[in-house]
Amino acid sequence: MYLYDEIDQRMVDERVAQFRGQTRRFLEGKLSEDEFRALRLRNGLYIQRYAPMLRIAIPYGLLSSRQLRKLASIARKYDRDYGHFSTRQNLQLNWPKLEEVPDILAELATVEMHAIQTSGNCIRNITTDHFAGVAADEIVDSFVWCELIRQWSTFHPEFSYLPRKFKIAVNGAVHDRAAVAVHDIGLHAVKDENGEVGFKVLVGGGLGRTPIIGTEIRSFLPWRHLLTYLDAILRVYNRYGRRDNIHKARIKILVKERGAAKFREEVEAEWAHLKDGPATVIEQELSRIASRFTRPEYETLSNQKISQEGPFGAWAKRNVHSHKVPGYAAVTLSLKKTGVPPGDASSDQMNAIADLAERYSFGELRVSHEQNLILADVRQGDLAALWREARDLGLATPNIGLLTNIIACPGGDFCSLANAKSIPVAQALQERFDDLDYQHDIGELDLNISGCMNACGHHHVGHIGILGVDKSGEEWYQIEIGGNQGNTHGGGPGASLGKVLGPSFARAEVPDVVQKLIEIYLVKRDSEAERFIEVVHRIGIEPFKTAVYGNPDQRAARRREPALA
Amino acid sequence: MATLIKERRVVANPPSPEAGEVIRLEPQDDPAAVAARLPNVSRVEINFPKFGDGRGFSIARLLRERYGYKGELRAVGEVARDHLYYMEKCGFDAFLLRDGEDLDEALAAFGDFSETYQATAAQPVPLFRRRAS
Repeated sequence: MYLYDEIDQRMVDERVAQFRGQTRRFLEGKLSEDEFRALRLRNGLYIQRYAPMLRIAIPYGLLSSRQLRKLASIARKYDRDYGHFSTRQNLQLNWPKLEEVPDILAELATVEMHAIQTSGNCIRNITTDHFAGVAADEIVDSFVWCELIRQWSTFHPEFSYLPRKFKIAVNGAVHDRAAVAVHDIGLHAVKDENGEVGFKVLVGGGLGRTPIIGTEIRSFLPWRHLLTYLDAILRVYNRYGRRDNIHKARIKILVKERGAAKFREEVEAEWAHLKDGPATVIEQELSRIASRFTRPEYETLSNQKISQEGPFGAWAKRNVHSHKVPGYAAVTLSLKKTGVPPGDASSDQMNAIADLAERYSFGELRVSHEQNLILADVRQGDLAALWREARDLGLATPNIGLLTNIIACPGGDFCSLANAKSIPVAQALQERFDDLDYQHDIGELDLNISGCMNACGHHHVGHIGILGVDKSGEEWYQIEIGGNQGNTHGGGPGASLGKVLGPSFARAEVPDVVQKLIEIYLVKRDSEAERFIEVVHRIGIEPFKTAVYGNPDQRAARRREPALA
Repeated sequence: MATLIKERRVVANPPSPEAGEVIRLEPQDDPAAVAARLPNVSRVEINFPKFGDGRGFSIARLLRERYGYKGELRAVGEVARDHLYYMEKCGFDAFLLRDGEDLDEALAAFGDFSETYQATAAQPVPLFRRRAS
C-alpha cells in the first residue's frame, strides 16, 4: 500500500468537505441537475435505474485488509450488504442514498480512500497489472508509476473539464496484463539498450461504441519525461477534442480524425515547450513514493512442488500463479461462482477475505480487472490451508482463465444505460458450463458480457463477447468472437477486437450458441494447446458462422424467406 | 447582476470607461494569434460558454506560461463557484461570476484545497519538487 502523508490525507479530507457543500447546494436548489451531475460524477455518484450508484476508487486495484473491512462495513451500514468489483478495479455500491454519500466519503477518508474521479469527464482511476510487484516478468514495479500518475491526475486544474472521460493504464511487465491497447493512454514500460527505464506510449485505444486499438506514438519515452508528455497529450485533447457530440468526444476520435501522425506531431510540438520544465520527474520523488509503499517482509524459502491432483490440484492449476520470490505464490480468489453475479462480494465475504489477506498475504490484496481478488504473496506451504478456507467461503471456484470466469457489467438489473441484462446471461452460461472437467478441456477462454455498447463488460476484447442490444423494446444479444485483451501469456495474438458473428439472439438462445462455438472449436483445434482465440485467428470466423447460422447457401435462403427460419 | 471577483475580493463592476484594449477569447481561439498584442492590452477575457467546457483552462495557462502575459486575466461566462479553484491555479486573477452565485460560497471556493499536486501557472513548482526540497 502507498501510505498517505499529511498532504495526501488533507486533500482527500478537503474533497469530502467540498462535495458535502455541493450536495447541500443541490438539495437547496442552488445547483441545477446538469451542473450537479458534472460534480457528483467526479465523486463517483451516478443516479441509476432504481437508486444512486457510488463507485469507490481502488487506485490501481491495491487494497489493504483494513480498507476492505471498511468497505464491508460501509456496504452494511449504507447499502444492501454487498458490493460489486468492477472492470476498472473499483468497487460499486448499488443502493446508497444521495444525501448520505458525503458521510460515506468521510468514512472512506479515514482509511485513505475516496471516490475521486471515478466518473465524469476527467482522468479516471489508473489501472495496472494485478500481478504488479510480484510477477516474474517484471520490468518496473508499476504501482510506483501509477501512484505518481494518480497524484498528477488528482484535481488537475487544467484537465478537470475534459471533453469526455479519460482512462490511463500502465503495464510494468513483459506481458501485457493491463490491456494498455484499449485505453485512452496506454503506457508499457520498456528498457533501452542502456537499461534506462522508459515507456512505450499508446493513445486513442478504447472500447465503447467505437472500439479501437491504440496507436503507438512513442516507442521510448524516458521516465523523467512521463508527466510533461502526459500534460502535452492531455492539452492537445482538452483544446481540440470534440465537444459537440458526446459519442465523438473521446480522444480516439480526435486521433482518428487527425490521423495518428498529425496527432503525434501536435503532441510533440506541445511537448517541446514543456519538456525539461519543472514537471520533469525527479529521482527523489520516485524513491519517496516507493518508500511509502509497504513491502512484504518475505522469508527465505525455496520453491515447493505444488500438488496437481484432485480438487486442490484443479484449483492450483487455475488459481495459483507464479511469484518472483522463491517459495511464494499469488492466488486468485474467484468472485465467479455459479449463481453469483460476476464481481459481487457480500460484506461477510469481504470481512472474511480481509481475514485471509491478514493471515496469508501480509494484509494486502488486489482487485483484478477481471473482477476477482488476488492475494499476491502467499507462502506455497500455506496454499492447501488457504484453499480449504477459500472453498468454504465460496471463493475457490477453479475457473481463472476459463469460460465461467466471466467478465460482466451490472447490466439492465441495475444500470440505467443498459439495453439488456448481463447477469442472467452470465448465470445461464455458468450453469451450462458448470462441469469443470469440460471447462478444463475447453481450456483458456475469456467470455465477456456488456449490457450496452458502452462496453463496461469489455465484450470487444472477449474471445467470445456478448453485447446486449435493444430491438424494438426487447432484449437481444449480439455475439462477437476473436477479441483479445492483449498478449497476457507471451505467444498468441496481441490485443484485437472481436468480429460480430451475425444477427443477434434471444437470451434463452445464448447458451446454445456458445455451445456451438465451443464444439466447432474443439473440432478445429490442432491440439489441446491451441486456445479458442488462436483457432479463431487461424481459421477466421466463417466456420463459426456456419456452425451457428448454417452454411452461406442456407443463410441466404433464410434471408429470402425469413418466415421459414 | 453578475459579480466581479478580483484578488479574491468582490469589486465594483463595471468600472466607468476603461482605458486600453480588451481582448476576448472564445474556447476555440488560439492564444498564439494574440500573443504579440499582449504587452499593450489592459485585460484579456476568456469566455466559458458552458459549465463543462474546460478549454479556457488550457488557454489561460498558455497565456501566462508560454506568452508571458502579466495583466488581468478574467474568466467570463458560465463561471461558477465550482470552477474558481481550478481557474486561479491556471492563471486567472479576475472572475465575473454568473448570475445567482452565492458570494460567500464563491469566495470560500479559493480555499477548497490547500495544496495542488501539479505544476500550475500560480505555482510553477509541482508539489513533488517542493516535497523533495
